[in-house]
Amino acid sequence: MTMKNPITIDGNEAAATVAYKTNEVIAIYPITPSSTMAELADAWSVAGKKNLWGAVPLVQEMQSEGGAAGAVHGSLQAGSLTTTFTASQGLLLMIPNMFKIAGELTSTVFHVSARAIAAQGLSIFGDHSDIMATRSTGFGILLSNSVQEAHNFALIAQAATLKARVPFIHAFDGFRTSHEVQKIEQLTDEQIRAMIPDELVRAHRDRALNPERPVMRGTAQNPDVYFQGRETVNPYYAATPGIVQEAMDRFAELTGRRYSLFQYVGDPQAERVIVMMGSGAETAEEAIEALNAAGEKVGLLKVRLYRPFDGRAMVAALPSTVRRVAVLDRTKEPGANGEPLYQDVAAALLEAFLEGSSKLQSLPKIVGGRYGLGSKEFTPAMVKGVFDELAKEQPKNHFTVGIIDDVANTSIDFDPSWVTEPDDVVKAVFWGLGSDGTVGANKNSIKIIGEETDNYAQGYFVYDSKKSGSVTVSHLRFGPRPIKSTYLLQKADFVAVHQFGLVQRYPVLDIAREGGVFLLNSPIPASEVWDELPADIQEQILRKKLRFYTVDAYEVARKTGMGSRINTIMQVAFFALSGVLPREEAIEKIRDAIRKTYGKRGEAVVQQNFAAVDMALDHIHEVPVPDRITGKPRRKEVVPADAPEFVKTVTAEMIAGRGDLLPVSKMPADGTFPTGTTKWEKRNIALEAPVWDENLCIQCGKCSLVCPHGVIRTKIYPESELAGAPEGFRSAPAKWREYSHRRFTLQLSVEDCTGCGLCVEVCPAKDKSNVSRKALNMEPIREIHDREVAFWNFFEKLTEYPSNGNAPKFNTIKNVQLLTPLFEFSGACAGCGETPYVKLVSQLFGDRAVIANATGCSSIYGGNLPTTPWTKNKDGRGPAWSNSLFEDNAEFGYGMRLALDHQNAYAKTLVEKLRARIGDDLADRLLAEKPTVEEARTNVAELKALLADPRSNEERDLLHVADALIPRSVWIIGGDGWAYDIGYGGLDHVLASGRNVNILVLDTEVYSNTGGQASKSTSRGAVAKFAAGGKPGSKKDLGRMVMQYGNVYVAQVAMGASDAQTLRAFLEAEAYDGPSLIIAYSHCIAHGIDMRKGLNQQKLAVECGHWPLYRYNPALAAEGKNPLQLDSKPPSIPYKDYAYNETRYRMLAQSNPEVAAALLAQAERDARARYAALQQMAETKESSQ
Amino acid sequence: MNLKTRYLGLELDHPVVPSASPLSSDLDGIRRLEDAGAPAIVLFSLFEEQINLESRILDHYLAYGTESYAEALSYFPQAEQYHVGPDGYLNLIRQAKESTKLPVIANLNGVSKGGWTQYAKLMEEAGADALELNIYYLATNPDVEGSEVERMYTEVVSEVVASVRIPVAVKVGPYFSSMSNMARKFAHAGAKGLVMFNRFYQPDFDLEELEVKPNLVLSSPHEIRLPLHWTAILYGRVPLDFAITSGVHSHWEVLKALMAGANVAMTASELLARGLGRIREIVGDMATWMAEHEYESVQQMIGSMSQINVAEPAAYERANYQKVLQSFRPDSTGLLV
Repeated sequence: MTMKNPITIDGNEAAATVAYKTNEVIAIYPITPSSTMAELADAWSVAGKKNLWGAVPLVQEMQSEGGAAGAVHGSLQAGSLTTTFTASQGLLLMIPNMFKIAGELTSTVFHVSARAIAAQGLSIFGDHSDIMATRSTGFGILLSNSVQEAHNFALIAQAATLKARVPFIHAFDGFRTSHEVQKIEQLTDEQIRAMIPDELVRAHRDRALNPERPVMRGTAQNPDVYFQGRETVNPYYAATPGIVQEAMDRFAELTGRRYSLFQYVGDPQAERVIVMMGSGAETAEEAIEALNAAGEKVGLLKVRLYRPFDGRAMVAALPSTVRRVAVLDRTKEPGANGEPLYQDVAAALLEAFLEGSSKLQSLPKIVGGRYGLGSKEFTPAMVKGVFDELAKEQPKNHFTVGIIDDVANTSIDFDPSWVTEPDDVVKAVFWGLGSDGTVGANKNSIKIIGEETDNYAQGYFVYDSKKSGSVTVSHLRFGPRPIKSTYLLQKADFVAVHQFGLVQRYPVLDIAREGGVFLLNSPIPASEVWDELPADIQEQILRKKLRFYTVDAYEVARKTGMGSRINTIMQVAFFALSGVLPREEAIEKIRDAIRKTYGKRGEAVVQQNFAAVDMALDHIHEVPVPDRITGKPRRKEVVPADAPEFVKTVTAEMIAGRGDLLPVSKMPADGTFPTGTTKWEKRNIALEAPVWDENLCIQCGKCSLVCPHGVIRTKIYPESELAGAPEGFRSAPAKWREYSHRRFTLQLSVEDCTGCGLCVEVCPAKDKSNVSRKALNMEPIREIHDREVAFWNFFEKLTEYPSNGNAPKFNTIKNVQLLTPLFEFSGACAGCGETPYVKLVSQLFGDRAVIANATGCSSIYGGNLPTTPWTKNKDGRGPAWSNSLFEDNAEFGYGMRLALDHQNAYAKTLVEKLRARIGDDLADRLLAEKPTVEEARTNVAELKALLADPRSNEERDLLHVADALIPRSVWIIGGDGWAYDIGYGGLDHVLASGRNVNILVLDTEVYSNTGGQASKSTSRGAVAKFAAGGKPGSKKDLGRMVMQYGNVYVAQVAMGASDAQTLRAFLEAEAYDGPSLIIAYSHCIAHGIDMRKGLNQQKLAVECGHWPLYRYNPALAAEGKNPLQLDSKPPSIPYKDYAYNETRYRMLAQSNPEVAAALLAQAERDARARYAALQQMAETKESSQ
Repeated sequence: MNLKTRYLGLELDHPVVPSASPLSSDLDGIRRLEDAGAPAIVLFSLFEEQINLESRILDHYLAYGTESYAEALSYFPQAEQYHVGPDGYLNLIRQAKESTKLPVIANLNGVSKGGWTQYAKLMEEAGADALELNIYYLATNPDVEGSEVERMYTEVVSEVVASVRIPVAVKVGPYFSSMSNMARKFAHAGAKGLVMFNRFYQPDFDLEELEVKPNLVLSSPHEIRLPLHWTAILYGRVPLDFAITSGVHSHWEVLKALMAGANVAMTASELLARGLGRIREIVGDMATWMAEHEYESVQQMIGSMSQINVAEPAAYERANYQKVLQSFRPDSTGLLV
């Protein structure tokens, strides 16, 4: 049947379109996976899109979700229809306001893409932990199970809240629904309007605070009346389920799509029933259809309205025949007697049975189970597993499904080979890289098929945990009926591999069905490609009788100037081979889509894509498949044999994509993981890597300093160590006066390199006979790989640098390069501007650093599994790292400082008490005011040896706190979203405390990790999400604000402009016995720049005055000097020479030239004024102290 | 004194025309030129490469890093519309026509066939009174023969002329084997004017950084010699209007240009270096000189010293070259003066 008004969108957009239409004020803040809703609303507002009442909603970003909730509350009190979008921790930050909003019976809907909450570890993925945490706020909770429902229920919730006066959370599963692309029937404005009666809107407005008829809310109530006041709302809650059902019925009249509070599907005489809510219910329904078709009698009760929970309606919806009920919760409530939905269902059934109000013949046996936490896959096989468990005489209660719990033995069995995917659905899976446009092409294909044919269409996309070289897997389904399979493909008719290298890394054909099609993007001709495939891939092609095709997409891309974007080419190949649409028709639709997608980016891009379409068909070739296996077997070991046991048994499994099979016993119980694991995951993602020319190198250390991934290392070592070096191993006489008799080697770990090229750009040494050649030159990886790996392995064994009192002073870049980074091979974007600073901290202070890391890019590349970059030195020492939250990082690090200071004081007290036992000499040394780290370590070692056989509790205590006598360097690290916005209050408080903490702000001037939303650090005229029209206001001058305290060390640095100044600032900040703040310019992929030129952009930022370099050292004031040292010259280049190298500024000039020109001029004036103000401060004779 | 001149069918108040430069890059600049007494506006160049490159750069960076990591599937908001391509330029033509009374000569710079005609037509539709077609091609490929380059030039001119009704002038460099023949071919292809000459991009070297650095060097008065020479040779022999656009810094060069046969003398370097006030000063000096020398009109002067009109036509040919060489004495600048 042809769908009316079809549209192909994801769940976020489905909800946001209705929210936008039915609201007047929208307060927003970015958090995954809800950010898209806010971004769309902001973009629509900027574009002047109107709501139902012909007005453009006001969309305002706040400093946190707490702030957004406050603004929502205020706006509601002032009478506007108001909404917000959030998830997870964000929703938790809204809870205090939610109590208020509900207590005041205020109509609103919060749209939530439900997500796990950080506990033993953070998860950005979907479950119901967040919405379950709001159960007691008084908000109604309405759950959508699919993209279509996210669209529909957004409206039903809005209609219900206006009538009920109970505020609502409208929730749908994060990622599985929020990011799933589906063809849905779009609501018309008329339908939306028909659901929102004007009189209810006016009644809402009439309840507003209005000085013309003043009232007050928010009184403080005493023991005499608070309780009664709390009970006043009961009738409203009692009426709400009926109102929601009424809204659902009205909706059905308007659209034909019928819903109920508790919707039963399955056999009307079912004895076994699952009760659940969310996207998993779609999968359960699919499984139940298959089970019943096979003769079972099972059913599913979908919970739509979870709060207020209408127990009677729930019981009434169950078939009277039910004997066994399994309640599935997508959340965990440790210590509770079952999860929330289980408890609600159990209580409702018991109440109904005790009251005798139920038609049930007996009280069913009720069990509860957990599934799908953090987007764990939930498949039909698991549903069958639950029913099989229910059929047992004593089904397990409080079970888990989908994992192997070998600790508490909660898990139940299921047979993963039980598959229910219908045969009339076309299933296609695509392996690609983030950078090649695979996902974009697939989203386009879904749109074409969804909107140009009668087929239903679904797309879901799995992304990498790394930001560079990331692999994507797209799962697409097309079929004649609505698609309920809310799980990854289990069998594919079509497997496309968009990068040849992926065939060698992953078992890409495991998913292919017999007789399916395999398409490979291959630079190797079809006639020769067979022999290049691994043996297991060949075996699958033969055994499954796959039709095998190649397309040389990069050749087509090269000829048409498409670079690495092979999206259009692979899309053409998919349509040509899959037969989803007639070929000619498909090509025409692709061309239309290109015009639609790229048209506004200019004709050149459109024509380029057209050319790629025209050329692609000629480059598709069927591969003649021989009848024998000729390929080499794939290497079995994921990590080397000398890797630690944990890495071999746990980390390696995650790396290999088998993490789902890890049992509970393999996971640390408290989220504690070993550091230094990235070195075991040789990702080999670079296509080219730098090679050192020892004859040109001046040994300045700049390349090593800026390498974002810590792959460039240098050593000076005795010549004798070269014995046994691999042939061709490079070295040169060390260019240190004091070590001139030693050799110097600069070596790269090519297997960890991302090929970003920052090192080559920064290298100052050029060949005098060929200036294009430097001391580092990029070379194709295939030509250097084996040789350089051998060199690296040898290099690792060389002495680091002279020690035993002959170590260099680490106060120059040249010398710092000799320090081993204790932050290496992170998964940050290739060419990241943040990581060089992080790495510098690890080199200078890592052996004694305790690090508090705010959530954001740095916590992701610093702490995202499977492998993490913080590591240990040869003595086993290194940074101890933790991430608490986004908003609390300054306080979190401050707490660490408090603990360390207290332990230090306590240890000193014990030393004093035990002086007689310890001896005066050692006691005096241990109690010395400012020992060096080395001195303190020696003293503590001596103490531990002395107390090896403790004689008293005090001695035992001292042994346990003695390490606190070694100076600790506390670093508090985060981005500008944290420091300028959500965490600013805490940051300010910690800086004002006077305690010795070091705060490093990695300032990208945007929320990088969540995809480029504006922060208060975003500069004037830059385009960012939530500032789609260009940020009108100036960047917050955090450094100058903090200088006002007078006792805080403040530095603003940009490594690309002055590495020496950067190094000085880090050394001074750490040496300063008080709070320090370093604000570090970090170029970022979100700036839309050539990342290879990132350091040059830093330099231009300084030269145009946007980013003045300075150091404010209160220690100088104590010496009577001016504490402010201005380290950069006055603006010397036009601001546009910096700004217009970056897409964030340029795109405003291209979309709104007049506004861009005005903002640019103002930004230039800002820069000059800022410099002048600093100059005046720096030139003041008297210190400000 | 009648200072009026005709160029590309346009009647201009005087022959000192600001040439294509950043001076006309926005409406404010155009208004300033009008206030300063410019007789026409030659807009800054719309570069074919720029249009294509802007489009590709925008597309590249909007896509860069997207759909790779689950939390950041894109980095920029979607704008409703981007003014990549000629939109901004066309808008400027419209604004210039609305805001000034001056004729507007649009300027299109590129090398390839195809896209040109479309842009030329759009410029005409936006209100341009004439078009300066700036063909800029550096023949760096040793496999490309001179005849091929010449054919490409004439084909481009034919295509553009055929696509518009407004007059088209061609601006080229002097490095043809037969400049006279090329000028005739341009005329046959439908061009109405020849602008001499294009100053090719000549990059400099930064000896400290060992890098090739693009930079613009303003012209010097001696550079008028080459276009002066060719204008004098071509005047009356090919049916084209002429504009001299190199080395015009004072009324002396303007007078020489006119006498050689140019309808207008264009300058940017002088105005960039010394300000727009120079337009009126040069025109004033020219008028004074003409009065002193009893000229009545510019028209009377145009081509008066061209090759067909001078007593000794050989002065423009090889014999003159020999004479110059024989008379050469090194002076302080090391230039032939």
